[in-house]
Amino acid sequence: MRQLLNTLFVTTPNAYLRLEGETLCVEVEREKRLQVPLHHIGSVVAFGDVMLTPAVLRRCAQDGRGVVLLDRNGEFSARIEGPVSGNILLRQAQHDAAGNSLTALGIARACVVGKLRNARQILLRGAREAKNTEDTQSLQQASRLLANQIRKLPEAVDLDAVRGLEGDGARIYFAAIPLLIRANQRQVFNFERRSRRPPLDRFNALISFLYTLLVNDCRSALEGVGLDPQLGFLHAVRPGRPALALDLMEEFRPIIADRLALTLINRGQLTEQNFESRVGGAVYLNEQGRKVVLTAYQQRKQEELTHPLLEQTVAIGLLPHVQARLLARTLRGEMEGYLPFLNR
Amino acid sequence: MDYPGDDLDDAVPISALQHYSYCSRQCALIHMEQTFDENLYTLRGRAVHEQVDMSESRLEEGMRIERALPLYSRCVGLVGKADVVEFAVDGTPYPVEYKHGPRRSSEHDDIQLAAQALCLEEMTGREVSVGAIYHHSSRRRREVAITPALRDRVKSMVPKIRDMLRTGQLPPPVADERCRHCSLNDSCQPHAVAAKQRLHRLHRALFTPEDECASS
Repeated sequence: MRQLLNTLFVTTPNAYLRLEGETLCVEVEREKRLQVPLHHIGSVVAFGDVMLTPAVLRRCAQDGRGVVLLDRNGEFSARIEGPVSGNILLRQAQHDAAGNSLTALGIARACVVGKLRNARQILLRGAREAKNTEDTQSLQQASRLLANQIRKLPEAVDLDAVRGLEGDGARIYFAAIPLLIRANQRQVFNFERRSRRPPLDRFNALISFLYTLLVNDCRSALEGVGLDPQLGFLHAVRPGRPALALDLMEEFRPIIADRLALTLINRGQLTEQNFESRVGGAVYLNEQGRKVVLTAYQQRKQEELTHPLLEQTVAIGLLPHVQARLLARTLRGEMEGYLPFLNR
Repeated sequence: MDYPGDDLDDAVPISALQHYSYCSRQCALIHMEQTFDENLYTLRGRAVHEQVDMSESRLEEGMRIERALPLYSRCVGLVGKADVVEFAVDGTPYPVEYKHGPRRSSEHDDIQLAAQALCLEEMTGREVSVGAIYHHSSRRRREVAITPALRDRVKSMVPKIRDMLRTGQLPPPVADERCRHCSLNDSCQPHAVAAKQRLHRLHRALFTPEDECASS
């Protein structure tokens, strides 16, 4: 299996990155804070006002090391890329598939079934671990409802029907999420419904931030195999929207992002102090909170899961790459139907 | 068998011959799907090639030595680059291909060298009857005779590769011993693609979620 290298997240404002031989130095106010060998780094993600020398940019692009610039809240701003990647035959197949309603429907269905099944695993695990029978029963009930949505998917005749089942499934799942938050944390993390743009409570702020990290990873994985991240199947094409990255991300949301959010909350690793609210109700992680999440995300990516099709263990951080490759194989007609990653 | 085109737009890269003789899918992944994955072997190979990739021309003891020399053959339909070509005083070229590893199966290397020889013959009008493979790890040269059999292998392989690249069809994976040392293993996914039955089984179960076993 290919090696999972570290992502260097630079969050300190006005940090300065430069090359020194075969290492990358991070300086803050002319003081060297970090020096890492380049071969340990898979990609660099810079939040907000971070300076990178042209030599750093050129070298990373040359080596195929991703450099992503995000704004301070983690929203995507830019990516620096080298001349590699780009398989026109694959992109052509992707465009053909998107234009073929049956193929597109099949892939969209696969994305949704991956998401709903992995979401259901989270509820079932919560049901097993719940502290009282009432919670257990509610979680089992929600997972039964999700199972119904999953069984209905093969009969969904068009994209709208698939999206409808996905939307209902997401509502069932998110309605059960508060039961997975420990009683003593429910006051601070009083999650009721999914809100984005802006997130209106701490749980939403947390998962929004994690989804941003995840969609970036999915996008990199797709670009890495030569797919066009903007042309999706489940998600409609819209200028500037990484629709295919959002498609690919669906199966990973529960197992990578939601699971991690719940762990961080239930273990008390994130508290009220890690968030800030803005006038009007928007809630965001503050700098300290983002650091906690980034560290945990990085660790989560190193954990391994068994891949049902490959029948081998794969680091979680590599799963988007593996699945992007399987999607490419499907589009090139080498495999029959896209198979999402299902967690056991 | 003559190359039908009058320019070299459709010519086969010499390196593709070596890949094709190892595994036709590997060849397609590299030259058609534009896949390139680094692993230990390719990194070592690159380090060796960085030493020879600087194009230059110089004289050593009366012998002209060309590094990274562009090669082509309009008759066969080949393009590429020679690591090193030594020109004897009479002008006879002697190609030397650099290899990083110890000698594995020599066939692939010999084919590549023969392709270079065919190009050099067309480019210089002189017969190239012999060349060498330089093994970087042992620092030894192995001289290779450019036999008629080797020439035929090259000439019969080139149209097959050209057809494969033209149709854009990816050959199925071999999923055998060759895959273990292949740098493209992760992209090729030979065993996943070959595991049709497993894929079918997983697909069949996709929309039938298991019951909550630990429900009581």
